[in-house]
Amino acid sequence: MKLYCLSGHPTLPCNVLKFKSTTIMLDCGLDTTSVLNFLPLPLVHSSRLSKLPGWVSKDGTVNLEKELKECAGRVFVDSQPEFCLPERELLDLSTIDVILISNYHCMMALPYITEHTGFTGTVYATEPTLQIGRLLMEELVNFMERVPKAQSATCWKNKEIQRMLPGPLKDAVDVWTWKRSYSMQEVNSALSKVQLVGYSQKVELFGAVQISPLSSGYSLGSSNWIIQSHHEKVSYVSGSSLLTTHPQPMDQSSLKNSDVLILTGLTQMPTANPDGMLGEFCSNLAMTIRAGGNVLVPCYSSGVIYDLLECLYQFIESASLGTTPFYFISPVANSSLEFSQIFAEWLCHNKQTKVYLPEPPFPHAELIQTNKLKHYPSIHGDFSSEFRQPCVVFTGHPSLRFGDVVHFMELWGKSSLNTIIFTEPDFSYLDALAPYQPLAMKCVYCPIDTRLNFHQVSKLLKEVQPLHVVCPEQYTQPPLTQAHRSDLMLELQPPPMPYRRCSVLNLPFRRRYERVYILPELANSLVPSEIKPGISVATVSAVLHSKDNKHTLQSVPKPPPVPPSKKRKRVIEEPPVVLAPKPLLSGAVPLEAFLATLQKHGITEVKVEETADGHILHLQAEDTLIQLEEDGTHIVCDNNEPLRKGV
Amino acid sequence: MPEIKVTPLGAGQDVGRSCILVSIGGKNIMLDCGMHMGYNDDRRFPDFSYITQNGRLTDFLDCLIISHFHLDHCGALPYMSEMVGYDGPIYMTHPTKAICPILLEDFRKITVDKKGETNFFTSQMIKDCMKKVIPLNLHQTVQVDDELEIKAYYAGHVLGAAMVHIKVGSESVVYTGDYNMTPDRHLGAAWIDKCRPDILISESTYATTIRDSKRCRERDFLKKVHESIERGGKVLIPVFALGRAQELCILLETFWERMNLKAPIYFSTGLTEKANHYYKLFITWTNQKIRKTFVQRNMFEFKHIKAFDRSYADNPGPMVVFATPGMLHAGQSLQIFKKWAGNEKNMVIMPGYCVQGTIGHKILNGQRKLEMEGRATLDVKLQVEYMSFSAHADAKGIMQLIRMAEPRNMVLVHGEAVKMEFLKGKIEQEFSIDCYMPANGETVTVTTNPSVPVDISLNLLKREMALGGPLPDPKKPRTMHGTLIMKENSLKLVSSEQALKELGLNEHQLRFTCRVQLQDPHSDPDTLHRIYTHLKSVLKGYTIQHLPDGTVMVESIVIKVSSSAEDPNTKVLLLSWSYQVKLSSFLMILSSPGISPV
Repeated sequence: MKLYCLSGHPTLPCNVLKFKSTTIMLDCGLDTTSVLNFLPLPLVHSSRLSKLPGWVSKDGTVNLEKELKECAGRVFVDSQPEFCLPERELLDLSTIDVILISNYHCMMALPYITEHTGFTGTVYATEPTLQIGRLLMEELVNFMERVPKAQSATCWKNKEIQRMLPGPLKDAVDVWTWKRSYSMQEVNSALSKVQLVGYSQKVELFGAVQISPLSSGYSLGSSNWIIQSHHEKVSYVSGSSLLTTHPQPMDQSSLKNSDVLILTGLTQMPTANPDGMLGEFCSNLAMTIRAGGNVLVPCYSSGVIYDLLECLYQFIESASLGTTPFYFISPVANSSLEFSQIFAEWLCHNKQTKVYLPEPPFPHAELIQTNKLKHYPSIHGDFSSEFRQPCVVFTGHPSLRFGDVVHFMELWGKSSLNTIIFTEPDFSYLDALAPYQPLAMKCVYCPIDTRLNFHQVSKLLKEVQPLHVVCPEQYTQPPLTQAHRSDLMLELQPPPMPYRRCSVLNLPFRRRYERVYILPELANSLVPSEIKPGISVATVSAVLHSKDNKHTLQSVPKPPPVPPSKKRKRVIEEPPVVLAPKPLLSGAVPLEAFLATLQKHGITEVKVEETADGHILHLQAEDTLIQLEEDGTHIVCDNNEPLRKGV
Repeated sequence: MPEIKVTPLGAGQDVGRSCILVSIGGKNIMLDCGMHMGYNDDRRFPDFSYITQNGRLTDFLDCLIISHFHLDHCGALPYMSEMVGYDGPIYMTHPTKAICPILLEDFRKITVDKKGETNFFTSQMIKDCMKKVIPLNLHQTVQVDDELEIKAYYAGHVLGAAMVHIKVGSESVVYTGDYNMTPDRHLGAAWIDKCRPDILISESTYATTIRDSKRCRERDFLKKVHESIERGGKVLIPVFALGRAQELCILLETFWERMNLKAPIYFSTGLTEKANHYYKLFITWTNQKIRKTFVQRNMFEFKHIKAFDRSYADNPGPMVVFATPGMLHAGQSLQIFKKWAGNEKNMVIMPGYCVQGTIGHKILNGQRKLEMEGRATLDVKLQVEYMSFSAHADAKGIMQLIRMAEPRNMVLVHGEAVKMEFLKGKIEQEFSIDCYMPANGETVTVTTNPSVPVDISLNLLKREMALGGPLPDPKKPRTMHGTLIMKENSLKLVSSEQALKELGLNEHQLRFTCRVQLQDPHSDPDTLHRIYTHLKSVLKGYTIQHLPDGTVMVESIVIKVSSSAEDPNTKVLLLSWSYQVKLSSFLMILSSPGISPV
C-alpha cells in the first residue's frame, strides 16, 4: 500500500492512495496562495495600478518592465493570476480509478485533474459539496473571465531570471507548472463525473474495497472518508470541526480501529479562538459603522459567511445597526444563499428542527426579507444605483487579487474611517494587502478557522486509536514563527509519518487475510471436528471462483476422481482429523480403537509387537505389516489394493 | 436452514393500514404502521395483539420503519408507540418526519373533535412519538445494531417517500412502501440498485393496470377541466394536501398561464401554504428539473392558485377547487361535493385511488344515489371522472423494479387479491421466482441459503490464484485444498501446513509400501535403471529421479528393487508412497506391463 503526495499544502491536500488493486485520489485541493504574487485585477480601470513602475534589475541587465511591477517595495507579476496545481508528474493520473472529495474547498483543482490527463474514473462527493463547489468554481471563472488580460507573463519564469528577482517571487517553486484558471466548459465536464453519495453510504469499488463518507462537521456536506476492505481500514480525515456551527456534527466513532489514519486539514490558526474572533469581528464592525465608515469583509461566498450572517442577525438589533445596509456581492451570492436553505439533511440538529416547522434553517432568509441584507451579482447594474454608505460589504475573493473586492479596496483604501476585516484564514493579510500599500484604511485580522486544533486532534486520536498516523510534515514541528510552542504540533507514539509534496510513502501494512464465501452446498458437506475445546477444524477442498474481486468456494463438481482414501474416513473415527480428498492427518492412532475397527472388517489375526515409538501390527493372513508410531503409520503389504483401501 | 418470515398485519390482500412484520436473522422489524380509511372501528388499526397479547412491543421489535407520510402508512403510529407501547427506534426520512405529525394531528382532530371519539391518541402523544424518530437519509447505511442494517432508496410517490433495504448478514429484504417508476411534474422516479434481496415486498395497487403515457392523461385532465369551465361549471378535485395536489397545481398553473384563463382556482385548508413551504425546503427530494431551476423560479410559488374560503362554494360562475381529503370520506371535500352534486354542469375529478367504503369509491363505481347520515339520500348528477394520477407503479413499473433489484422471492401487499393473483402469475412466469400474496395475519416463510463468509489466508489465495492462471478454465476446475479453523466466532481458511502450525499439531505420516514381484534376470541396479528409463519415457511431465542410494523417486513415490532370497530372477519391487498421493495405482499399472516383456 502506497501513498503519493501531490500537494504540500496541509489544508488543500491532494494525495493518491494505492490500496489493493485500486488507485484512489483523496481530495483535489488547489493552492491559490500563488496568486499573491500577481497584481490585482481591477474591475474598472485603476490609474494607480497602471502607473506602477516596472521592474528592472539593479544592474540594469534584466528589464522586465512589461511583466513585473513594483509597489511599496514588492514586485508583482502583471498578468492573469495563476494557481499552483497538484503535482502531475509523480504518477500517471490516467490510472486513477476514483477521486474522493471531502469538502468544497478541497475540490478546486478538479478540472485540471479530470480534464486533459486521460482520467476516466468517477468522482465521489456529497450533494452540498458538489453544488457549492460548483458555485465556487463558477465564481472563480467569472472573476477571471470578466476582466480578461491579453498578456500572459512568462519571461520571469525563466530560471536564470527568477533567481535574480526579489523575494518572495524568487523563492516561488515550480512556477513553470502554474496554470491559469479553467473555463466554465471544463468545470461542467469535470463535475459531470461526480457521483453523489450520502453520509455512511457504503460504495463498493471493484469489489475490492468499500468507501464511505462520514460527516466531518466543517462545512455543508463536508466529509471524512473510510476506505476499507474486510481486514484493513484506512481513515482519511480532512477539514473536520468539533464546534457547533451550522453543519451536522462530526462522526468520530466510525474512525475507530483504523490501521492507518491520514490526517490533513487542521486549523491554520491554532492560536485564534473562533468564538473570540467572532466577537472581535462584531465589535470592530459596529465601531466603524458608528464612526461613519464602511466595512469590507473579503470572504468566500459559502461557508463561514453563513455563520457571520447568523451572528450579525442577532447582533444588529442589540448594536442598533438596524438601518445599516449589508451587501453581499458575488456572481453566485443569490445561489449560495438559496442553496444553504435546502440542505436540511446536512445541517445540525437545531437547524433541522426549524425545517420541520417549516421555516428556513438560516436566518439570512429573514435578513433578506426585511431588506437588511441585499445581494447582487456584481458592483455593476442595480448595485451602483441602490448602494448607500456607510455600509458593510461581503465580497470575494479573499486573496484581494480578483473579484469585486479589488474595486472596494481602491474605493475605500484611502480613508482611515473605513475598515477591512479579514475572516478567511487562507491568506496572510499582510501579503494580501501588499499591492494596495500605502493604505489608510484600518485593517483587522479576525481569522475564523473552525477546523480541528492540536488539542482537539490529539484527544480525538487518543479516542479512535489508529495504528499509524500519516500527516503533512508541517504538523510534526511547531510553526516557524512560534518555534517554542511545542503544543502546536502532533506528538504521538508511534510518531506520525510525515509527508511533503512529492513524497511517496510505503504505508506499514501487512495484509494477511481476504474474504471468501463458501457456498451453502459446500458448507453443508464440511465435517468439522473439535480438536481443542472451542476450536474445530475441517478440511476444505473446493473450486475457487474469483470474479470482480469476490472469491467464492464451490464444491468440486462431480464426477471428481474418487479419492482413494474416502473409505478410510468412515472406518476410522480416529485420528482426529479425518480428511476428504487431500488428506491432512495429525495426532497418533490409538491402538485399541484401531484394532477394533480392523476386527470389524474381518481382520482378526493380528500380532502386536511393542517398539520404542509405538507398535508393529502383523496381519498374518494378509501378510501385511503395519507400523504405528507417534507421528506416522507405515503399511507394508503385497500388491493388494482392496486390503489397502480397507485399512 | 435460516428463514425469513413475512407477516402482514395490514395491507395483506388489501389497501390500507399497511403494517408488515419481517423476521430476518433473528431480528424483528415492523414496516409501516398505518390506518385504514374504510373503517371507523377497531379494524382501523393493525392488530398488534398478534405480536404480543399483553404489554409493550419494545421487547419484540428491533425497529420500525415508516416509508412515507400517508396515513395508511403512518396513521397508527402514535397509537402503536404511545398507547400499545413501543420505545425502540422509529426510522423515517426527513420530509416524512416533518410532515407526518401534521397529518396525524389533522387525523386526530377530525376523529376526536368532529366525530367526538374518545380513547384516541392525543396531541402530546404525537409529539412524544415523534421524539422516538431517527431521520434517515437516502442511501445512508444505518446500523440499527451490530447486525441489522437498513438503507433507504428514493421511491417517488410523495415527497420523502422511501424504499428500504433491510440486511442481516447476507440475508436481505426490500420493502418498497408506495412507489412510482415514472417521474412526474414534481417528483422523480423510484430507483434501486441490483441488491438481489431474498425477498422483495412490493405494493401492487395498480397490479393489473398498464397506464398510458402521462402526457396523454395530463392532456385529458386539462381538457376536461377546461370544457367544464367553458360551460360555466364548477370543478371539484378531492386531493390529499401533500403530493398529488402539488403536481396538479403545477399542471393547472402552467395551463392557466398559457391559455390566459381567468376562472379562479382555489385550494382548500390552511395547509396549502405550509405544504408548499415543505416542498421548497425539501427541494432536493423533487425532480431534476425543479431542482435545477429553483434559484431562478421556485415551482411551488403559485400565481393563479388562491386560498379557499367556505363561502366561495356558493359563488356563481365557474371555478376549480382542490379540497381535502382525497377520497371524499370526510371534511371539506365532502361538504363541497354535497353542495355541487345536484348540478350536472359540475364535475368531480378523482385523481387517485379510493378505498372501499368511501364515497369516492362508491361514485366511481357508478352509484348515483348515496345514503348520507340521517337517512337522507343524495342524488349525484354531476359528472364523475376518474384520472389515475396517484403515483403508484403500474404493472409495468412493478416488473421494472423486479428487474432492477433481482429478488429471489416476491411478496405482494397493498393491493386487491384478484389483481394480485393476476400479477403473481405474471411474475412467476416472467422471472421464475416464487411470488406470495399473504392475507393479513398469514405468514410467508422463505428459507434462505446464505453463503458462509470466511477469512482466507492471503498466502493461500494468492498461491491458488497464481496456479489457476490468469483466466479460469471452466472445463478444468482446479481443486483447492485448505483447512478451516473455527475458533470462537471466527472462521479462517488456511493452508494445511499453516493450520498444523497454528494449532501446534504434528502431521501424521501415513505411508503405504507395496511389494510387487516380477521376473527379471538382470541385477538389481540394472532392473532399477530399466524401470527408471521406462518410467521416464512413459511418465512425461513428472519429476523422476534416479538417486544414488539405489532408489527411483517419482515425485514423492519411492521405488526400490531387491532380489528375492529364493530366486534371484524374481525381483521384489517395493513401492512406497504417502497417503496424499493418488498416483500409485496408476503407476503400478503403468510400470508392470512396461517391465514384463523384458
